[in-house]
Amino acid sequence: MAVARTMSAAKKVILPSLVKKYLMAGSGIILVLFVLGHMLGNLQFFGPPEMINAYAYHLHHLPGHPVTLWIIRAFLLACVVVHIAMAVLLVKENREARPQNYAKQGFRESDYAARTMPMSGLIIFAFIIFHILQYTVRVVPEHYNATIGQAPVEVSHLQLEYFDVFAMMVKGFSSPVISIFYLIAMALLCMHLTHGVASMFQSLGVRNEVWRYRLKCLATAYGCFIFIGFASIPASVLFFGHGKAYLAEKEAEWAKTPAAEVSVIDAQAAHTQFVTLNEGR
Amino acid sequence: MDLHLRVWRQKNSETSGKFVNYELKGVSEDSSFLEMLDILNEQLVEKGEEPVAFDHDCREGICGMCSLVINGMAHGPERATTVCQLHMRHYSDGDTITIEPWRAKAFPVVKDLIVDRGAFDRIIQAGGFITARTGSPQDANELLIPKPIADKAMDAAACIGCGACVAACPNGAAMLFTSAKCSQLNLLPQGQPEKDRRSLAMVAAMDSEGFGNCTNYGECQAVCPKEITLDFIAKMNRDYAGARIRHFFGKAI
Ligand code: HEM
Ligand code: SF4
Ligand code: FES
Repeated sequence: MAVARTMSAAKKVILPSLVKKYLMAGSGIILVLFVLGHMLGNLQFFGPPEMINAYAYHLHHLPGHPVTLWIIRAFLLACVVVHIAMAVLLVKENREARPQNYAKQGFRESDYAARTMPMSGLIIFAFIIFHILQYTVRVVPEHYNATIGQAPVEVSHLQLEYFDVFAMMVKGFSSPVISIFYLIAMALLCMHLTHGVASMFQSLGVRNEVWRYRLKCLATAYGCFIFIGFASIPASVLFFGHGKAYLAEKEAEWAKTPAAEVSVIDAQAAHTQFVTLNEGR
Repeated sequence: MDLHLRVWRQKNSETSGKFVNYELKGVSEDSSFLEMLDILNEQLVEKGEEPVAFDHDCREGICGMCSLVINGMAHGPERATTVCQLHMRHYSDGDTITIEPWRAKAFPVVKDLIVDRGAFDRIIQAGGFITARTGSPQDANELLIPKPIADKAMDAAACIGCGACVAACPNGAAMLFTSAKCSQLNLLPQGQPEKDRRSLAMVAAMDSEGFGNCTNYGECQAVCPKEITLDFIAKMNRDYAGARIRHFFGKAI
């Protein structure tokens, strides 16, 4: 009859559309929460250097270490993988569903951020890879494990020597190219979040016409909060030279002591605990 | 007023189309947009040319047949208005007006500005109904429905199936239509027995027709002549999640 299928064949559905959106939003929520925690933790950069160094020490020595940290990393990686896999599927299907565009499409409701989610996401992804290579693996743009020495940290009333994360951050952000790349990436993350954080509630079915506007405000505020928090770090180093005096002092100190001698320190003879330069990975 | 029209002409779904320019003189601002096209067609017929094919029926905003994208907006510049209810007073002398069909893979062009919206019918066939006993009618007040719920169901039922939501969506998604057709029954007691089956089947039908996915742009709501809101999409997202979970544990029918 009139409703007979005129299209060639039914589309092969890999995952139901709504399930893809649940996965997108679910992985999104976890990344959103992670990003908030990561940003707040990083703000300790504005305390004394020992503060963020001790924070780094604790992150690497969580109860059950080193397994705990790897579980957390694997979980976050899984979220990123799911998020990207769904993004690729959704974008591909959405393009296929609109093979021909209008001469000039008018928009009433959607904003620039919403329409550029794939592009902001792609650049954020490139940023994440660079960021991990720089500060987690510490091989880009230089081998920080070789160029950055140790600093004292106090852990449960014990004085330890531990990798100087503060100095590494100052060193990294002293490069204008890197700092500006970070600022751009964070601005794009902010944009991604101003749509994403409002959108994920809708995808999970918890939004209505009253809360739509409130959540949009919340998402905008959240995105800007994340941007200001993260961007303040490279900006403070690049524009105000934050920590540069400390770094210079430390570099002079490390130059006097050959690295080999600092690399393994008998932290506390009685507990035979060794803290090595490379351990802070 | 005199108008420059850029109209999409396409022979059938197999051939590709193109814009053709027409100059239309002396259009009254009291005429409706479709009447303006009627005038154009009369002139084309007089000249022995093929008239522009476009869909229309009631011309009073209730049947859902009219379907034009005007200057990039589905149903034209006015909100909550079907194109048959649009009047030429919104245009002025010398305007250039671009007229295109709904554009989506699932809505192939039949001719010129007419698209095949059979995909919507197949979504309805998948679950947009209640399996009702026929025979003697039951007492009208036997099933009590709270007023707010009845109102909400009526809001959903206002959807005329025009497809503007799909046309306006950059992803060619049919979420607004499907959610309205799903919710008008899922909200009411009569719809409860088949609620899970309906949600699963209608979403499955929507996907297999080749509509896109929702990015929560909100363009659909902004062009909907019946002001169907994104609330119904959120509701469908909830209903579908519940149905999936119950289905997983073997309870959904
Ligand atoms: C790693 C690279 C990333 C890519 C390629 C990416 C891509 C995308 C795309 C394309 C969308 C829109 C999906 C759609 O059309 O429905 C999206 C949504 C979203 N993204 Fe990302 N993104 C990335 C990273 C992130 C990060 C780091 C966060 C959080 C901090 C995030 C949070 C979100 C949220 C909350 C949504 C909304 C989900 C929804 O619509 O329900 N994304 N992402
Ligand atoms: S939801 Fe609105 S725009 Fe979509 S088919 Fe129904 S009436 Fe038309
Ligand atoms: S012709 Fe019936 S709604 Fe426009």
